[in-house]
Amino acid sequence: MRRAIGLILLLVLAAFLVSGMLLVHPFGAPYPTDMDDYIIENAQNQTGSNSVVASVVFDYRGLDTLGEATILFTAVTGVLLLLRAQKRKEGGS
Amino acid sequence: MLSKIVRTVANQLVLFILIFGLYVIAHGHLTPGGGFQGGAVVVSGVVMLLVAFSSQDLKKSVRERVLSIMESTGALIFAILGFAGLGTVFFYNFLVGSPIFGRIPPTGPNSGDFWTGGFIPLMNFAVGLKVIAGLSAVVLAIALFARGEEMEE
Amino acid sequence: MENIADNFPFVASALLLAVAFYIVIFRKNLIKLIMGIAMMASGVNLFIVALGYRTGGNAPIYTDVPPGPMVLSVPQALTLTSIVINVAVLALMLTMVIHTYRNTGDIDSEKSRKLKG
Repeated sequence: MRRAIGLILLLVLAAFLVSGMLLVHPFGAPYPTDMDDYIIENAQNQTGSNSVVASVVFDYRGLDTLGEATILFTAVTGVLLLLRAQKRKEGGS
Repeated sequence: MLSKIVRTVANQLVLFILIFGLYVIAHGHLTPGGGFQGGAVVVSGVVMLLVAFSSQDLKKSVRERVLSIMESTGALIFAILGFAGLGTVFFYNFLVGSPIFGRIPPTGPNSGDFWTGGFIPLMNFAVGLKVIAGLSAVVLAIALFARGEEMEE
Repeated sequence: MENIADNFPFVASALLLAVAFYIVIFRKNLIKLIMGIAMMASGVNLFIVALGYRTGGNAPIYTDVPPGPMVLSVPQALTLTSIVINVAVLALMLTMVIHTYRNTGDIDSEKSRKLKG
């Protein structure tokens, strides 16, 4: 019973997703975006970097990358902490 | 621990993987790639060593404190470079026009000058350091934990 | 109908998302659940990159680029950020599964008594 309800919900969700994808702009012809055109045109002069993606990641959107670095740091700290706490508990008991 | 053939080949190959990873990190502002991608390449070399040799062998040569210091250094360099441009705006590229990495490439397609990019190469380096240390620490910690051990301090 | 053929990358990412949702809903093994979450992330990344594609576009890197239009660069940069975050979250989730296995003796979320309900 639960499985049937889940399947129906899943089908509804899949139909919803696919029908939503059909409303997106046609593939290969995005709507005109001033921001992207500006960045592609001026990235070389403003940041001096040939790679526009690198200049977006580190310069125009540097704050996002700072958050990403924080997440990576926190995740690594969490992994090391979890694996070590387990070991200490086993040794103590 | 795998056979002697695998160990010898891994021993020779890890240098090339290391150099390729560092190349991807250093040329992040000219070619596809950057800090994270190059760091992931280097960590794949570490994983290859982990498969070829036993995790106890790596445990002797890699200490957790070193990896921890490396990762914190990367994060600190990144944050300091971000805050250094605060006179204008946060994450302002203050190195454009300065002697280090300050050249501005000609507009349009060109064949790439290494000394361009402002602080982007330095940021790539910081992120690469961070990713190398962080992912190596995760992989080593999980591999050692599977054997019921933990990394040395 | 021709819309489906035109928008095939978008539909493919939607189907990938649907398969990932199936895995997350119906699989009880925690490792498989994490695989489903990783697939979901891949679907979203594929969708974001496909959003910014221009027909015949080059990668937005000026080093020896052939003439032609350039692909939108902000979606690619945000996908890069998203991939890094996925790697971090995946590592943390796998560690938590290891922890669960050590504590409850099973990675099946239905069989393990503490995770049931």
